[in-house]
Amino acid sequence: MDNTLSRRQKIGRGALTAIFSVVSAVWFLPVIVVLYNSFKNNDAIKTSLFSLPNAESFVGFENYVEGIMHGNYPFYESILYSLIITILSVALILLCTSMAAWYISRVDSFFCKVVYYLCIFSMVVPFQMVMFTLSKTADKLQLDTPWTIPIVYLGFGAGLAVFMFTGFIKSIPIDIEEAASIDGCTPLQTFFLVVAPIMKSTYISVCILEVMWVWNDYLLPYLVLDKTKFRTIPIQIQYLQGSYGQVDYGATMALIVLCLLPIVIVYLTCQKHIIKGVLSGAVKG
Amino acid sequence: MKKKAKKHNASAITNPSQLRATKRYAPIFLWPTFIAFCIGFVWPFIWGIYLSFFRFKTLRNTTFVGLENYVKAFSDKDFYSSFWFTVLFTVISVIVINVVAFLVAFVLTKGIRGSNIFRTIFFMPNLIGGIVLGYLWKIILDAVIMRFLDSTLALNATYGFWGLVILVSWQQIGYMMIIYVAALQNVPGEYIEAAKIDGANGPQLMRHIIIPTVMPSITICTFLSLTNGFKLFDQNLALTGGKPFKETEMLALNIYKSFYESTTNMGVGQAKAVIFFVIVVVVALAQLYFTRSKEVQE
Repeated sequence: MDNTLSRRQKIGRGALTAIFSVVSAVWFLPVIVVLYNSFKNNDAIKTSLFSLPNAESFVGFENYVEGIMHGNYPFYESILYSLIITILSVALILLCTSMAAWYISRVDSFFCKVVYYLCIFSMVVPFQMVMFTLSKTADKLQLDTPWTIPIVYLGFGAGLAVFMFTGFIKSIPIDIEEAASIDGCTPLQTFFLVVAPIMKSTYISVCILEVMWVWNDYLLPYLVLDKTKFRTIPIQIQYLQGSYGQVDYGATMALIVLCLLPIVIVYLTCQKHIIKGVLSGAVKG
Repeated sequence: MKKKAKKHNASAITNPSQLRATKRYAPIFLWPTFIAFCIGFVWPFIWGIYLSFFRFKTLRNTTFVGLENYVKAFSDKDFYSSFWFTVLFTVISVIVINVVAFLVAFVLTKGIRGSNIFRTIFFMPNLIGGIVLGYLWKIILDAVIMRFLDSTLALNATYGFWGLVILVSWQQIGYMMIIYVAALQNVPGEYIEAAKIDGANGPQLMRHIIIPTVMPSITICTFLSLTNGFKLFDQNLALTGGKPFKETEMLALNIYKSFYESTTNMGVGQAKAVIFFVIVVVVALAQLYFTRSKEVQE
């Protein structure tokens, strides 16, 4: 390949690689800055954010201990609740919406059409529109714990998931399911033994999209959950920053690193799936 | 329309006994999602529109006031300024995001060394949540502004504005870039070869061959960044919180504050939310219209 390039082109490409190396480094810089600042003491962070930790300012993992144990609400509880909510919500969304999507595409009734178009409509509606009434409804139905909030997520997030699943199911030829039904499969068996395995890639895409949404979501859990008992990671970070008095920069840095670390690791290990999954939601306007 | 109805039928069950058997399972397949959907969307939506015609501080004490809340919302100066702030922010961020993303994608499809690593790095910020992003950038930008301009984000609305633009660009350029990369890789090589033989130079190639073929992606990306800009909340709350004096408050944050920081009448907040919803729907319909008209052309 390189042999066909002229010398000028080669130099041009080398220059582009050099430029992009610099740009990428700058692009990644914010993460690096926060990372090394999480090992500095408060004064050093405030006076010279961009200098690397030295013998004087280095405090080891003190900020992490401080951040995790901070105040009356320890951070590990936030991590725990974020995990519980994300896992339960996404599992519920994947299971229920894929089944509903299959039913909607296979049963050609007026009601199914209404539900389908309502789902599409719901994707356009901004959260602020239903924010107040949704939190009151959830309150009344006592959906304000990490174990019940998945129902709220299923309700508000159903639109995109149903849309993506129906899009795929419509491309599966129905003959396979007819054959399964003739062989004596009940609809449940048909769905779980025949349809679900075919939809594996759609499951992965929807799963990634929903995980990104629920894990990072701030306002919905903030309004729905009982905040004295349950705070997710974004809620707790907002609490620490929004509270009055001295802001502990070191602890904040440490918590930001703790939030970024799992995201970066997961991203680097299954980058292909993540990019594909996130992009398949690009239709959401 | 007729065509569409037929398409829908094609994926539906036609065998009557199989259909009957499937319908019996509706409580398992459809109802859980449907009930949750009613709790999480349908009911709050209808109730929200209904409440926008009432004056209330608590839900136990509501008075019907007709369109008064809407009149108040439209005469609210802060709401106006937040609207124009949002529009200005959205226009600028859409331009910055799309131009930069397109240029980066263009270079990265040239097959230069390290393309994959660059792509990985550019896309990463897209995965970080809005609140964390906001505080991450607040710390960094405040340090830079403090050193060189002797101010902070919370003291100067101009810095706050550009801070938001930088943050959102950092977050979304990678995402749009990936869409553009996919589109650019699909530009048929023959077109470019043919144009080159006809003597087209670089800019001509770009204008007459490349841009027209990737136009659908440009439309998608433009509208994605447009709706993202309009709906922006977490980043706004974390980075500036509307400071100074609500000057950097965007629509979503203004609505939020009308609900939870007002002690007089929450109905105004709900009316603003309905107006906000209408604006977003208009943008979405415009998107649909543009994508459709592009499809007709091809």
